[in-house]
Amino acid sequence: MKSTVSRRNFIKGGLAGTVAATVLKENTSQAASFEGYPEGMGVLVDLTRCVGCRSCEAACNQEQKLPQPAKPFNDFSVFDEIEHGQKRRTDETRYTVVNRYDVPGQDHPLFRKIQCNHCQEPACLTSCFVNAYTKTPEGAVIYNAKVCVGCRTCMIACPFYIPTFKYSSAFNPRIMKCVFCYDTRLKDGKPPACVEACPQEALTFGKRSELIKIGQQRIRETSGKYEDHIYGEHEVGGTAWMYLSSVPFDKVGFDTHVPKEPILNLVKDFLGIVPMVLTIWPALFAGFHLLATRKDWLKGKTEDDHEEE
Amino acid sequence: MRTELLTRKKIAHTAMAMAMVGGVLLWTGPSRAMDAADAPETVEIDSLAKLYTGVHFDHAMHTEIASCGQCHHHTTGDKVTDPNCVRCHAKSGEADTVACRDCHSRERFSKEDLSRLDNPQLYHIDKPGLKGAYHLNCVECHQKMGGPTGCQDCHGMTAAGEQMFHTGGHAPAATPTGGHSGH
Ligand code: SF4
Ligand code: SF4
Ligand code: SF4
Repeated sequence: MKSTVSRRNFIKGGLAGTVAATVLKENTSQAASFEGYPEGMGVLVDLTRCVGCRSCEAACNQEQKLPQPAKPFNDFSVFDEIEHGQKRRTDETRYTVVNRYDVPGQDHPLFRKIQCNHCQEPACLTSCFVNAYTKTPEGAVIYNAKVCVGCRTCMIACPFYIPTFKYSSAFNPRIMKCVFCYDTRLKDGKPPACVEACPQEALTFGKRSELIKIGQQRIRETSGKYEDHIYGEHEVGGTAWMYLSSVPFDKVGFDTHVPKEPILNLVKDFLGIVPMVLTIWPALFAGFHLLATRKDWLKGKTEDDHEEE
Repeated sequence: MRTELLTRKKIAHTAMAMAMVGGVLLWTGPSRAMDAADAPETVEIDSLAKLYTGVHFDHAMHTEIASCGQCHHHTTGDKVTDPNCVRCHAKSGEADTVACRDCHSRERFSKEDLSRLDNPQLYHIDKPGLKGAYHLNCVECHQKMGGPTGCQDCHGMTAAGEQMFHTGGHAPAATPTGGHSGH
């Protein structure tokens, strides 16, 4: 099986079209799901525009039929919440959250929305050995909860800590994360609910390739306003959701140490074990399932005991 | 630059605006920029109202504290100063329309709106939709000038809004039960 790396280098090397086509074809059959879709859609998030109104959070909750929040979406005390020493994170009850950052030297706070970044070559997808994830041509990274065995590998693989799990019933672990509103909107060419709700157009929806041009234009034509960088253009091999900021990205909670190439390239040795995994599949499946359900059972037990948050 | 624009020839216009309630339009001729006096007293900004009620916009008051171009860009014939705009609009004069909705799409990010970008000649690839245009312009200036910036300072929430925001009659029960329970 040829890896993405070698194919890339072939193409970069400028081989004749026919050769490139052959290599491509050979790969699409084996690794189609690992490829980004250059024509896919994305969202450009502009931190200089976001006012922290949380309309996006409210819209996502409604669109994705998520549970009643602990506090109303126009309650801004959530920005002061710290859980386990961290600002709020996405979880199975909220696919997106907005956090406030008081950056020294800025006369007003900055807000950053988080959700799945819908990577071009997603680590969650490549790490999942039951193939629960799909990157759609429209750009969304979606999942099939029915085949998920609840092993949590994707949770660990994701460079942005996005996938979480819901254990609604003991035998039904379910990945929960932002799906780019794929089923309800994106597949029909409509913008996601959060984008539509944003009053400030802090979220610009469009073809990923065009969003990069828009981002470059904003940086170029308002000199000094932005950091000269679109976060997600190259990070982890590119993401469909990208960001503009007026301050260095690490000041507003971004991990600026993520690799510039897809996580896949880094874990391809790991992927080498896939065939083996398939041969011992039934045993593994049973093992993971047992683990997952046991954890769930334990979790349920703790919740009963402590009424835990 | 902004301050200079703000203070320009506003007092006279107020008086003229007051005399205009009858609805008579003064046409000042094609060579001159449109006056604040040509403008309506108030504007109901409600074409997008869904989660919030419309905004009762006191246009006359705003013409006293801002130049036409600060909101209407080059369309009223105001001289543009932004170097990006000057490249094309230095002499473009009064436009056929000054209404926000005639340039900023209500159907932002619809297939039709996005297809504008298929034109490789298009300069305005980043033109906000109507809702974005209002808020980006209003909120930014209100922040700078100390105007109201809270959502409900300008428009009340509708029943649909209360439902979506889980507030008012739809607020969660007072005892925090944590956000981790299923539904
Ligand atoms: S952000 Fe994480 S969950 Fe989303 S596509 Fe990338 S790797 Fe997968
Ligand atoms: S794209 Fe859809 S699922 Fe994702 S955060 Fe926005 S509203 Fe939620
Ligand atoms: S709706 Fe827009 S402005 Fe409001 S918090 Fe979300 S991204 Fe920011």
